[in-house]
Amino acid sequence: MGPLIPLNDISEEINLLVAFLIGIGFGFSLEQAGFSSSRKLAGMFYGYDTTVLKVFFTAAITAMIGLTLFNELGMIDMSIVYVNDYFVRSAIIGGIIMGAGFIIGGFCPGTSACAAAIGKIDAMYFLLGSLIGIFIFGQTFPIWEELYMADHMGPVKISDTLGVKDGVMVLIVIIVATLMFWLGEKAEKRFKREDITKEI
Amino acid sequence: MNPYLAGLMLGVVLLAAFYITGRGLGASGAMKSVVVSSVAAVSRDYAESSHYYSKYIADGKNPMKSWLVFEMLGVLVGGFISGAISGRLKFKIEKSPKITNRKRIILAVIGGILFGFGSQLGRGCTSGAALSGMAVLSLAGYVTLMAIFGTGFAMAYFFRKNWI
Repeated sequence: MGPLIPLNDISEEINLLVAFLIGIGFGFSLEQAGFSSSRKLAGMFYGYDTTVLKVFFTAAITAMIGLTLFNELGMIDMSIVYVNDYFVRSAIIGGIIMGAGFIIGGFCPGTSACAAAIGKIDAMYFLLGSLIGIFIFGQTFPIWEELYMADHMGPVKISDTLGVKDGVMVLIVIIVATLMFWLGEKAEKRFKREDITKEI
Repeated sequence: MNPYLAGLMLGVVLLAAFYITGRGLGASGAMKSVVVSSVAAVSRDYAESSHYYSKYIADGKNPMKSWLVFEMLGVLVGGFISGAISGRLKFKIEKSPKITNRKRIILAVIGGILFGFGSQLGRGCTSGAALSGMAVLSLAGYVTLMAIFGTGFAMAYFFRKNWI
């Protein structure tokens, strides 16, 4: 029965070894997806390369279907699986600031680590910037503390908000994602930039 | 690799993370550990007195001995292995030919600062908040995802020279 580590007495060494191995799989998948290239990631916003959309939604759907199946088969106790706490204002404003960072810097934290690992110098500077940004937040935390803690809604699920069962919600996400994949494929033809895509 | 296949692989890794640990993947959390440890190394008293840093070092805890730090070390190794297999190991600054290397680096640092800051306010980045959140149908995950990508699209026109 999963999740394995919270339910069993597992030593810290094994826990961290598992973390390292999962990380290898994570980094390998990101790099194979092409996420070590900032111009490929930025392509999402100009339509010439929509890999971000395809990889992101395929991954989310795969994990979602897997968790649903595991739950149905009694292989995982979903009540101890972490669902992100929803703080309305900080989630939206934090997301907006991250979006600006994405289009200006060309990476997000995970992809910048992966790109830095294969020698992308711009990614190494992005990583350095991320550390500075976190430090600035830490140093100025009293200014943001109220905003950070505002509108706490708890671990809300989108299925509860929309008033549907989890299984139905998974189906809705799959349908929406399929539509977006179709749009993404169309965008890649319409906004084609062979001069960029042959390089990345 | 075909993006749908790469997505499937990433999804299996994400599912494994949930099955084994009960939490998904993350990235910015590991960077926070690096920042917290650095601050605590300079002045432990100062870090302990801060509302923000203190919770990560309470009771003599070492923030570097955390799940996400080891996971991110794995990301560096996994990314390197993949790059080696696919012949992509090379020191390079990637950018549009329309801008200079210097400008690209400055923008990378600014983008990093914003992303790092936003990830703290938003309680996680594209990995921990958006991707992992989506997989467990977390509303916060979907809201963060829309905020990140919506802003990216809204600002794309103004930064087009950097990329295309």
